[in-house]
Amino acid sequence: MRDVAVVGFAQRQMAQFDGSPTCVELLVPLFADCYEQTGWTRRDIGFWCSGSSDYLAGRSFSFVQAVDAIGVIPPVNESHVEMDLAWAMYEAWIKIQTGEADTALVYAFGKSSAGVLRRTLALQLEPYTMTPLWPDTVSLAGLQARAGIDAGLWDERAMAEVANRSLTDAEKNEYAVRQGGSSVEELLSRPMYADPLRKHDCAPVTDGAAALVIAAEGRAREVCERPAWIRSLSHFVDPMSLGTRDLKRSPSAQRAGAASDLDGVEVAELHAPFSHQELILCSELGLADDVRINPSGGALASNPMFSAGGIRIGEAARQIWSGSADRVLGHATSGPALQQNLVCVMGSEG
Amino acid sequence: MPRTLSAPVTVAFDYTRSTGPVLGRFLSGLRDGVVVGGRTSEGKVVVPPPEFDPVTHAAVDDFVEVADTGTVTSWSWVPEPVKGQPFERPFAFALVTLDGADAPLLHALDVPSPDDVTTGVRVRIRWRAERVGAITDIECFEPAVAEVRGAPATSLEAAAASARSETPEVSRLASLAPQPPAVTGIVVPIELDYLYAASPEESLFYTSLSEGKLVGQRCPTCGKVYIPPRSACQADGTPTAEEVELPDTGTVTTFCIVNVPFLGQRITPPYVSAYVLLDGADIAFLHLILDIAAEEVRMGMRVKAVWKPKDQWGTTIENISHFAPTGEPDADYETYRVHL
Repeated sequence: MRDVAVVGFAQRQMAQFDGSPTCVELLVPLFADCYEQTGWTRRDIGFWCSGSSDYLAGRSFSFVQAVDAIGVIPPVNESHVEMDLAWAMYEAWIKIQTGEADTALVYAFGKSSAGVLRRTLALQLEPYTMTPLWPDTVSLAGLQARAGIDAGLWDERAMAEVANRSLTDAEKNEYAVRQGGSSVEELLSRPMYADPLRKHDCAPVTDGAAALVIAAEGRAREVCERPAWIRSLSHFVDPMSLGTRDLKRSPSAQRAGAASDLDGVEVAELHAPFSHQELILCSELGLADDVRINPSGGALASNPMFSAGGIRIGEAARQIWSGSADRVLGHATSGPALQQNLVCVMGSEG
Repeated sequence: MPRTLSAPVTVAFDYTRSTGPVLGRFLSGLRDGVVVGGRTSEGKVVVPPPEFDPVTHAAVDDFVEVADTGTVTSWSWVPEPVKGQPFERPFAFALVTLDGADAPLLHALDVPSPDDVTTGVRVRIRWRAERVGAITDIECFEPAVAEVRGAPATSLEAAAASARSETPEVSRLASLAPQPPAVTGIVVPIELDYLYAASPEESLFYTSLSEGKLVGQRCPTCGKVYIPPRSACQADGTPTAEEVELPDTGTVTTFCIVNVPFLGQRITPPYVSAYVLLDGADIAFLHLILDIAAEEVRMGMRVKAVWKPKDQWGTTIENISHFAPTGEPDADYETYRVHL
């Protein structure tokens, strides 16, 4: 296995982006940030991979148009996944493992506000017996939250504690579209929205884009004093049918964690678009009480589709670069109710 | 004035899907007013039946009829239903384990408020009167009669009565008539509504068109002029900032003769769709070539825009009705060779 590190990270997140869903306008400055952080130009990048979905904003082949932001004469080695940035990074990591490339810039973008996001996502469900009912993301998360409440695994107070900590931490995050903690009591006094969920239990609809630069041993040290070395990268998926899943759990997250060495993790950035899902993830990953969760504010503060998982990896990597942690975890999720999960453990030691 | 132009757009498609034997059995059952589950290798009855066993991965072929009554195992209130959901008014999505099943089915539960549902409540299926073999043959779940307090008894009693009167007739017909054919396919209409925004550069292009002007942008790195302008030069990745107004004359680089009729076609075939390279531009764009017989159109032909009357202009490329020959000598191949 080649040692590969995260050496660059840039993001733009906003409640509403008023430009084209190809997001070229957002990607150009993101790439400029990555070039500045590494001192590289596009010619130094051996592999490119993007994550996006045309369903989000109704623009066909938006990922093809997005390639304009790279500038592709002469041509570049490029790929695309209809998945979160974290999975685009997984493909790039594999590419580097094959020896075909030493460096990669992966990016993702999405304009969720162009449609009704919670409705659009019904198209990722089982198409015969679920999609025709248009079960929205919030309702499915509500079914999951109540299952855990009824079983006594968590309660509304525990969910409010997650939201309050996230919104408080988000005050320091310039990209958070929702921020400002108050108190658990104040949050619990707010009205129910999708009973058992209050609005602060649900991630805000967010537009945005993000990019990560990864590089193999040798190239990584050229450009980064303390590269965030990827110690493990693992992902699993649970069945599509909700009936055969125990919604209180996320076996795929548990397996992704079990395939990683979580000893000594100090900071975990967890992609939990609903407050109770952070509780499920902490339990499935077996994170100790002293692990600092989501110092960025997490997905409850901003959750740009297709970037938010990769942003967790970028935020975790920054903890290594700055020297504030030696071992961190970035997590990404996809699908309804924590169906698919990726765990990336990074360390300061090569 | 907003920074960019935008317009509503709806994307729609009717997906036709074959069901296969397992989902076909389930959907045939719904059409006939019966819920069919599948027994897994662990002995559990799952509704809808999974096509393959979750543990052994063998095809599921042990089907079990379950009741149309059951128990709510979880629910979530839907305060603001979205288009296509079972109700336009607030309702609950519920997981319901039907009597005889071991795993829950997701569907709507019709109750007036979240105060009218708790986990563990008994419910029954409200069947749609006309059933076609789809999950929507189940209109929703509703509280089971005996356990509803203060519900309008009349409608529930009428439903129960109609179910009773239906049952003997269905079984009598079933014994006399051949079984209706099994469901083998479904049609799922998908419709998504968006607010589609143009980029600032595209907005400039379309706004200029509404003033009868063709405006592109020049790449500061390679000097190429793009029309319509793009957010970044596709060769260099550099944002194209400098605006360049172009004339409405140009050269046909390549073209095709459209002979095939299609839905929504506005011109009777044969007609010509061509790439027109405007004078001063480095990228050609697609438009119609009319006012000339299709077989006379050629590469290198010089053309000029024919604009619609000004009172019909909007922020659209359709302000130009088509391009027509100028009558000038054809352009040298060398002048457009690199633009093919």
